[in-house]
Amino acid sequence: MGMNRREFLQIMAIATAGGFVLNSEDSHAASDASRMYDLPRRGNVSFMHITDSHAQLYPIHFREPAINLGVGAMSGQAPHLVGNALLKRFGIKPGTAQAHAFTSLNFIEAAKSYGKVGGFAHLATLVKQIRASRPGALLLDGGDTWQGSGQALWSNGQDMIEACLELGVDVMTMHFECMYGAQRIKEAEEGILKGKMDVVAHNVKTNDFGDPVFKPYVMKEMNGVPVAIIGQAFPYSTIANPRYFVPDWSYGIQEENLQSTIDEVRKKGAQVVVLLSHNGMDVDLKLASRVSGLDAILGGHTHDGIPAPIPVKNRGGTTLVTNAGSNGKFLGVLDFDVKAGKITSFNYKLLPVFSNLLAADPSMTALMQRHRAPYESKLSEKLATTDGLLYRRGNFNGSFDQVILDALMKEKDAPIAFSPGFRWGTSLLPGSAITMEDVLNQTAITYPYSTLTEMTGAQIKNVLEDVGDNLFNPDPYYQQGGDMVRVGGLEYTCEPNAKMGQRIQDMRLNGELLDANKTYKVAGWAPVSEAARDKGGEPIWDLVARHLRNEKVVKVSTPNVPKLKGMSGNLGMI
Amino acid sequence: MKAEVDLNRRKALKAGGSMGLLALFGGLGLLQSGAALAEWNKAAFSAKSMDDALNALGVIIPENSATAIQLTVPEIAENGSVVPVSVASNLADIEQISILVDKNPNVLAASFVIPQGTEGLITTRVKMGQTANVIALVKAGGKYYRVAKEVKVTAGGCGG
Repeated sequence: MGMNRREFLQIMAIATAGGFVLNSEDSHAASDASRMYDLPRRGNVSFMHITDSHAQLYPIHFREPAINLGVGAMSGQAPHLVGNALLKRFGIKPGTAQAHAFTSLNFIEAAKSYGKVGGFAHLATLVKQIRASRPGALLLDGGDTWQGSGQALWSNGQDMIEACLELGVDVMTMHFECMYGAQRIKEAEEGILKGKMDVVAHNVKTNDFGDPVFKPYVMKEMNGVPVAIIGQAFPYSTIANPRYFVPDWSYGIQEENLQSTIDEVRKKGAQVVVLLSHNGMDVDLKLASRVSGLDAILGGHTHDGIPAPIPVKNRGGTTLVTNAGSNGKFLGVLDFDVKAGKITSFNYKLLPVFSNLLAADPSMTALMQRHRAPYESKLSEKLATTDGLLYRRGNFNGSFDQVILDALMKEKDAPIAFSPGFRWGTSLLPGSAITMEDVLNQTAITYPYSTLTEMTGAQIKNVLEDVGDNLFNPDPYYQQGGDMVRVGGLEYTCEPNAKMGQRIQDMRLNGELLDANKTYKVAGWAPVSEAARDKGGEPIWDLVARHLRNEKVVKVSTPNVPKLKGMSGNLGMI
Repeated sequence: MKAEVDLNRRKALKAGGSMGLLALFGGLGLLQSGAALAEWNKAAFSAKSMDDALNALGVIIPENSATAIQLTVPEIAENGSVVPVSVASNLADIEQISILVDKNPNVLAASFVIPQGTEGLITTRVKMGQTANVIALVKAGGKYYRVAKEVKVTAGGCGG
């Protein structure tokens, strides 16, 4: 059952007054709620961290992955733990609100019981509460905040920029923010954000002379302690996304440059140094082992909701690595106690934002309504109903991807379809209406062109191998984040531990092995080349909307996922 | 103010272009005479395999040395047509720094003659058609040293 905050409090009051224990999900939820946001200050330097909200201003459901395989040294390690393996690793009791926030276990029932998550109005209340107990605390935004909804897309991220200012974000770094074009983010930095929010990225340089594009870091004083926040933008922005949006900028991990930046801020007297990173957690874990002088990496990109920081040893000591999930579901709170210039202790908590447990902040609500009004009628159009759970997140096709693939194959009359392995995209419970807003929550990018391409069997294999290596390369520095490209029509076997070129096996179309030399029609969307942009192509959301209007009811079947080889016992799948 | 200064520097450099650089090199005596240019090692630059390229360069057995040579390349190329490569070395008496790409049709991509007393630091861009190892080869005091790093060239897309 769904409960609002008042009902929750009433149940708690009744349970307490009556002296009896409610033996249901609700009683768990109510007792969790009383403890969840009670977080005493544990030091004089505090950071709040949000990342990858993907423009979800309103509360949503978001199902965490049931499959997030780790290969090589990452096998069986956070963040490659799902379900009970994750609960066990971090000591979370099954059947609790926390367990629902961090896993996909019993998702539908738990989602009904605990209600929606996230929403900037609820997040704003939580931020204010944490700030009240932590004077001087800084709020950091790890990026992928301005993109992910129809409203954000059509307003060029303006709704999110203003929401972040209202929320009180102090420092940000970036990924999809750059996909509105280089000019947009620079214009925001030098205009509306100036003097209010610092945009930092040590690893973005001009192509010609290697000049820095953004401030590499910002130094602040917090309760008398000098702290530095260094920015790390998504290193593969021009590879995973269209280069033409930022033609004059170069990215990359830039380990050496990071080390010299750390050395510089330490020399300037910083006693606490954190990296606000959009690398992805595997990259951050490797980076933490190779650079010294960072106290923490507050990470994003891979959307891993990791309840506790992972301590990583390096030649300078230990660096804490965190990842704060996605879609506005979590607020990370990191306290350091600094005495005589040295960190003596830390405390970290990744707080799930349960919309029913946190009142909506009135001024954020007003801001959200103002930005939504122009698009309300378009967004709220009901396109169809779903009879099952729709979700995206996971290494391979989710059920919402399957809807997009089915739409592509039908509308483009193609036997095979590809859809990108994005990790954003919200979830819908069985029986829900699918609105235009829901479709845009899966598709709202600035390069939405749908495509139809003739590809040989060999080319199709190359694409799958290429994306497979971005996901399963045993060296994290060669991973780009994101999940496996979603595949419609084609069945295959995947062996993540194999070498590139050998992971994708037994590709079949209607039971027949794919012919390397034969040509097939392949539908897709989100092409990164300039040629594809110039060719145009119907925006994917219009194509999917048309398909859904015709279908009326989406009958959810098992998504087309590959057979897996060599993965039995991997703790990254349920 | 800083932005304006940067912009002016940029304009000046762009306007000056190669002539300025040429003059600079000429002034420092780095551009060598026709005789030196004639030393272009055709065999090395035409070599199709790593062994042939090393033979043509006269390399016997290079010593692996990640400590003496710092090779900076991107892990994944943003654009395979122009992959930035930097090689720095603090070895004494560096005579030559070469860059090889093991899967390129012509393995030797660049070779720099380092005059006596010059800092061992070069930066250039190489073209790569596919994922390959980039090798920095440094000749110092008559001996050869090498270090290799893999650079991935990918089709792109699908991230995030």
